[in-house]
Amino acid sequence: MQRFTVPILLAALFAGLIGMSQGGMIDLYIQSVIMFMGINIILSSSLNIVNGYMGEFSCGHAGFMAVGAYVPSLLSVWLLTDDRVFGPAVLSPELALVIFPLCLLGGAVAAALAGLLVAIPSFKTRDDYLAIITIASLYIVKSTIENISAIGGPRGFMGMRSAVVFMEDVIELPWMMIWIFICTVFTVWIIRRFVSSTYGKGIIAIRQDEVAAEIMSVNTNKMKVVAFMLSSGLAGLAGGLFAHVLGYVNPGAFGILKTTEIMVMVYLGGMGSLTGSVLSAVLFTVLMEAMRPLQIIKWVIVPLMLIILMHFRPEGIMGNRELSDIFPRLRRWFQFK
Amino acid sequence: MALLEIQSVTQIFGGLCALSDFNLRFDGGELNGLIGPNGAGKTTVFNLVSGFYKPSQGNILFKGRDTRRLKPHKITALGVARTFQNIRLWHDMTVLDNIRLARHQTLGYNLVDALARTRRYQRAEADIEHSAHEILEALKLDRYALERPRNLPYGLQRRVEIARALAGKPSLLLLDEPAAGLNSTDIEGLIGLIRWIHKEFKLTIWMIEHQMDVVMSLCTWIKVIDFGATIAEGTPDQIQNNPDVIKAYLGDGAL
Repeated sequence: MQRFTVPILLAALFAGLIGMSQGGMIDLYIQSVIMFMGINIILSSSLNIVNGYMGEFSCGHAGFMAVGAYVPSLLSVWLLTDDRVFGPAVLSPELALVIFPLCLLGGAVAAALAGLLVAIPSFKTRDDYLAIITIASLYIVKSTIENISAIGGPRGFMGMRSAVVFMEDVIELPWMMIWIFICTVFTVWIIRRFVSSTYGKGIIAIRQDEVAAEIMSVNTNKMKVVAFMLSSGLAGLAGGLFAHVLGYVNPGAFGILKTTEIMVMVYLGGMGSLTGSVLSAVLFTVLMEAMRPLQIIKWVIVPLMLIILMHFRPEGIMGNRELSDIFPRLRRWFQFK
Repeated sequence: MALLEIQSVTQIFGGLCALSDFNLRFDGGELNGLIGPNGAGKTTVFNLVSGFYKPSQGNILFKGRDTRRLKPHKITALGVARTFQNIRLWHDMTVLDNIRLARHQTLGYNLVDALARTRRYQRAEADIEHSAHEILEALKLDRYALERPRNLPYGLQRRVEIARALAGKPSLLLLDEPAAGLNSTDIEGLIGLIRWIHKEFKLTIWMIEHQMDVVMSLCTWIKVIDFGATIAEGTPDQIQNNPDVIKAYLGDGAL
């Protein structure tokens, strides 16, 4: 019985969201907020792999997101639309429904490979020194994009909106909402499976005592590569979705501020808590939208909140516990693995 | 073939010679000791055997394989397990998880299996879980399976660390000061435990220890080092009466 609770709830949520968007019960603004919530969940829970479970301090997440935003955008524009730079469409727009997820996947793979940029130095460095390397990698990605004028350089790149339009032409549904929902569930589920397996717990051992981990049989280098690549690959997935929701990307959007936003979500939720990452991503998205009228003052209030949080509850909302650790009785009602 | 062979190993840190011309041969099944005053280089020897340091000179062969190019986790997979002087458990994981993780090199499944939860994953995890419970039961730790090591008394933490070392089914167990920080009743229990493990698991145990009663009652052969140099070796009786050893521990008496 409890095995079906989560799938049923998710199916209900999915049907509700799609139904309401399709039926016009929630307007485009609310829809976009919900979509950003999903993207933020992917970002925060994937950063949690490295910063939370593995205990390293990576500031490069926005960079991997940028790789994942540009690669699928370029792919979908190249394959599906007539473009000034890439020439006429390679494939027919009717294939958009198949091509789009493949483009997203391509972006995730590219971002995972970019993750090696951080994973390999992490063999020998850690803590503050590794944090500096991750910042460097963020700037490497950002400056590379800014300096390739074929993809717009600092002006940014657009045109991927048509891929979404093509999908809607084939079947009239809010496709971005659907893909984001699927990817969000996929991400949380994959991470949950990873960190609850003895294999994945190797990264938790690295956080708690790296020397003991290496000597007591964990191949720490390999686990670091796996963790960084998984984390950056999922960030890439979020980037691809982000780009297609907006229909426009520019390298400026993937700077240190974006990284900070994601880190705030991770630390707000609690390091090493997947429930925390999901909760805080939802909370953070709503909060940011609610404070939109405050404009620039928002960027005073959000950091202030972070200071207050660190002062009074440094472990974040959930600490490193999951929902089922706090309410053990819930285990009777659901299981998630 | 010898289980462990250390052939004239010298270890130099910067300008400091932590260990010089160290030789040793275990054929398997021994329960031996390594003693020496503080800073003599005992833990350096263990760090060399477990692969955490690579020798500056000389060779270390484990089961006939040169361990110089092997990473520590590979050496562990070959059958070396150790405990640490200052307990190094993963303090925020349950005791059970600590034991399970010792099987990381012999999981029997890979990342894809873990994410897809394949049959192979289910079977391997069930096996790991089962053998972890077996170890815990054997060491009378099953009551604490779901506790976190940080909440356990020191004596139990030691026991958990030994359990973790045994979980990987080693053929050589290195105990780095297992009695450090234990009170006299705990030490009684520890002596019994080590003797029982040696018999029950049929492995070779090599221990560093400062508590002479522990070493003298357990070990059949003891090596003594001081300032990185081997100054004596022999049976407990021989060691106790060796003038060089007495000098190293107590000074030469010319007060």
